[in-house]
Amino acid sequence: MTAAVFFGCAFIAFGPAFSLFIFTIAKDPLRVIILIAGAFFWLVSLLLSSLVWFIATKATNAQDLTLQKNLLIFGSIFSVILQEVFRFAYYRLLRKANEGLAAISEEDGPPLSVREMAYVAGLGFGIMSGAFSMINTLSDSLGPGTVGMFGDSQYYFITSALMTLALTMLHTFWGVVFFEGCERKRWWVIAVVLCVHLMVFSLSLLNPFYVASILPVYAIMLLMAVWAFFSSGGSLHNITLLWTCRKSNAETSS
Amino acid sequence: MVSLFDSIHSLGDLVKLVTSIQLFLFFCLSDVSCNSVAQKIYVELNNTVPCVRLLNATHQIGCQSSISGDTGVIHVLESEADLEWPLSKGPNPPYMVLLESSLFTKSIMMKMKNASSRVAGVVVVQKTSPPEFSPHTTCPNENTGVYTETYDHNLAHCNTTVWNPRGNGLSYEEFDSPVFSLKEDNETEVIKQCYFDHNRVVNGSGLQYPLCAMQLFSHMHAVTDTATCMRRSSMDFSTSPVMVCDPLGGYNVCAFIRPYNSTAFGHKENESVVIAAARLDSRAFFLEDSTGAEGSVSGFVTLLAAAQALREATQEAPPTRNILFAFFHGEVFDYIGSSRMVYDMKNNMFVIDLDNVHSILEIGQVKTCISINVWTYKCMDIRSNNNESVTNLVKNLQSSTAGLNFSLVETDFSQPLPPSSFQRLLRARAIPGIVLADHQTDINNRYYESFYDNAAHLNLTYPSNLSPEEQLEFVTDTAKSLTEVATAVARALFKQAGGNNSQVNKINADPKTVTQMLYGFLVRSNNSWFQSSHQANALTYLVQYLLANLTGTATNLTQSQCKKPDELPNESTYLYSYLWVQGVVPPNSTQRESFCVRTAVRLVKAVSPAFDLGDYISKEYSTWTKSQWKFIKARIFLVASRDLEMLTLGVGVAVLFTSLLVTYFVRTKADVLFSSVREPNNAAY
Repeated sequence: MTAAVFFGCAFIAFGPAFSLFIFTIAKDPLRVIILIAGAFFWLVSLLLSSLVWFIATKATNAQDLTLQKNLLIFGSIFSVILQEVFRFAYYRLLRKANEGLAAISEEDGPPLSVREMAYVAGLGFGIMSGAFSMINTLSDSLGPGTVGMFGDSQYYFITSALMTLALTMLHTFWGVVFFEGCERKRWWVIAVVLCVHLMVFSLSLLNPFYVASILPVYAIMLLMAVWAFFSSGGSLHNITLLWTCRKSNAETSS
Repeated sequence: MVSLFDSIHSLGDLVKLVTSIQLFLFFCLSDVSCNSVAQKIYVELNNTVPCVRLLNATHQIGCQSSISGDTGVIHVLESEADLEWPLSKGPNPPYMVLLESSLFTKSIMMKMKNASSRVAGVVVVQKTSPPEFSPHTTCPNENTGVYTETYDHNLAHCNTTVWNPRGNGLSYEEFDSPVFSLKEDNETEVIKQCYFDHNRVVNGSGLQYPLCAMQLFSHMHAVTDTATCMRRSSMDFSTSPVMVCDPLGGYNVCAFIRPYNSTAFGHKENESVVIAAARLDSRAFFLEDSTGAEGSVSGFVTLLAAAQALREATQEAPPTRNILFAFFHGEVFDYIGSSRMVYDMKNNMFVIDLDNVHSILEIGQVKTCISINVWTYKCMDIRSNNNESVTNLVKNLQSSTAGLNFSLVETDFSQPLPPSSFQRLLRARAIPGIVLADHQTDINNRYYESFYDNAAHLNLTYPSNLSPEEQLEFVTDTAKSLTEVATAVARALFKQAGGNNSQVNKINADPKTVTQMLYGFLVRSNNSWFQSSHQANALTYLVQYLLANLTGTATNLTQSQCKKPDELPNESTYLYSYLWVQGVVPPNSTQRESFCVRTAVRLVKAVSPAFDLGDYISKEYSTWTKSQWKFIKARIFLVASRDLEMLTLGVGVAVLFTSLLVTYFVRTKADVLFSSVREPNNAAY
């Protein structure tokens, strides 16, 4: 759809992830490593689940459309489950690594807290997931045409970008919440994260009925943001503190 | 509360969702490169014929697109008055104008050419034939025939007879936007459906985006003229030079009755040859669409039938003089084939030379005719033996028509020769000869050198209840009259070559062969008779194999022997060429009975001598070249409004800046916000 749409959708989908990376991760090499390793873990989970789906489609009749659609849904559910499994596996890996890093570090204690690792790992998952959702669509948005010839909505590119943005942030929040739950041995958190992930996936099946899919996903994203804020040490008291701090700063400076 | 309307609306959306998923999955899973968004956007058009760029010594003609394709909103033109919309009134330029063939006229094309900023390209849909249409020039090959300024001012540049009065010269115009041609099939239906769904103006109100648009790619590498593109081709210093344009041409098909040693070039002592010539090629505005039914096919089919008719007689009682059947290629582009043969003859690169040529009989345009006109070239030379030979030739021809169903009329002395290969031979030497054609003054062909010169124009009508194989065998009226002409030509050639007069009446052309050839070249080339000769589509190879089959002898050689016959004692590749013919499928089996045919037919390279000489601005020889291109394709899609695009960009930039600000703010205040766990670390959280 031309360069304007390309850049617009790229900024929508990857803008927040990019700014998070620039301001919180880029300066610390250890965080960068954890980010990339997290992305890699997500990638491996996608690879394994797509292998399952691929074998299933090749083994069955390619002409049977409802069967293929059902196989796609089954494959996606399997992928969601596998992603959460890999998130747990990454948690275990990071815990082990953290002990090793603490042993060789010059300071007293581990260089990164579990909370930081949770946030970085979640962002890694999110970035990779967003990239895989969006890059293919972005490359086709550069041409002169737009979606719609076969009855699809002409807002396809914008809504894809918005969904990708939501998914990236959701993965980040799930990472924070998940690791915190594992740390505190609250296993029900894992189940809740899995269920929310499945809910988001099933909402995305409602496309192109965008009102029914994007709005609920953003609502879930806000809820998860609040939960992640609270589980990573924030509280309402801190927010009021921030507010009064700013006010007092403003008073003293004026 | 959900009203009834909302529920129906959502049901409609659900249905649309399901259909679109199904449609998407259908397109998706039926193809290997699946799950691509590009497949939701573009519909590729596969059966397109582009107009390409041709260059000669001074000009470039044809069409050109920009290197990344030309996009335009589709507009289906309904009449000439409707041109107002794309040219001035329409609010969304540039437009891609879709015309039917009846609107493909010079005035409309010129108006669109002048408004090239608003017209991105033209697509012509081949539907009904207009009453007359000839995109060729009014005076074909005017600078390369025998009538030049120096010869006779009155006869040059068609001052006496304008050969193609209907010609509008469209094929020789230069367009800087792409022009494509489509047949009326499923793809055209998709385009029209897209146009009717999205682009129709309703009650004068503005058009709603998204609009249906088309993009055409036909970028040509060559520019300006032949000299420039040949210079650019040779400038590459790598070992494999990259050509930017290719000289036009092909192969002439030649066959002697009595073959000569093909390695011995130059003059042959005491050999006298009668040349029987016809032209093979034709052209149209869209180069690949040329059919030339009346213009060229009728002529060379007649000559092929005559060659077959002469086979028996010349083998039983060989005449004193030899006969050369020459089919020239590239004649429409300033006589490429015939100028090449003359050049070869003059420079001892052909098995005979001009001194060996006794006379020429050329078959021009012949249709269903009651009377054939004999065009003779009256020599200005005082030596009268040429005029005598011509009179002899005409007499031979007249006597050959005895008992046949048409009459021969000699044209008026004041008429010059029509455009024909004979003119090129005359340019080199005053050889006696005649040209047979069915017109008395100008070329009476409504569709001269155009796409509509096809089977229908030649009145090839078959009864409707016949299968394709039965149609192949059905002898049409056209075939019958062409057979008569072929018989007359064969007899005249036999007499002219000094054959025995008593044998003449046994020479008869076969109407079945003629009708099969007409069917194969004009209706369907994928028929059993053509397939039994050679599974090729190119005209030259078809003619070569046909001529071989009609005039050669079948041998018992196996396929490997056919490739290397020199090892056998009685065969010689100096005299003959050996072709492997596919043969027919006998009724009880599936294998073809292929065999090796020994024939005197040869393919002679027909490229203009200007390229051998390196003279790319030659006024003497043809300098036509065709540009090269990387790919040619066309596709349709929807385009969105500028507003939506800018909105997307705006939202993106806003999201980016907001997220940068928020992240910076959160980071600087992180110790306040996330204060319940204090970690001694050097990076701010």
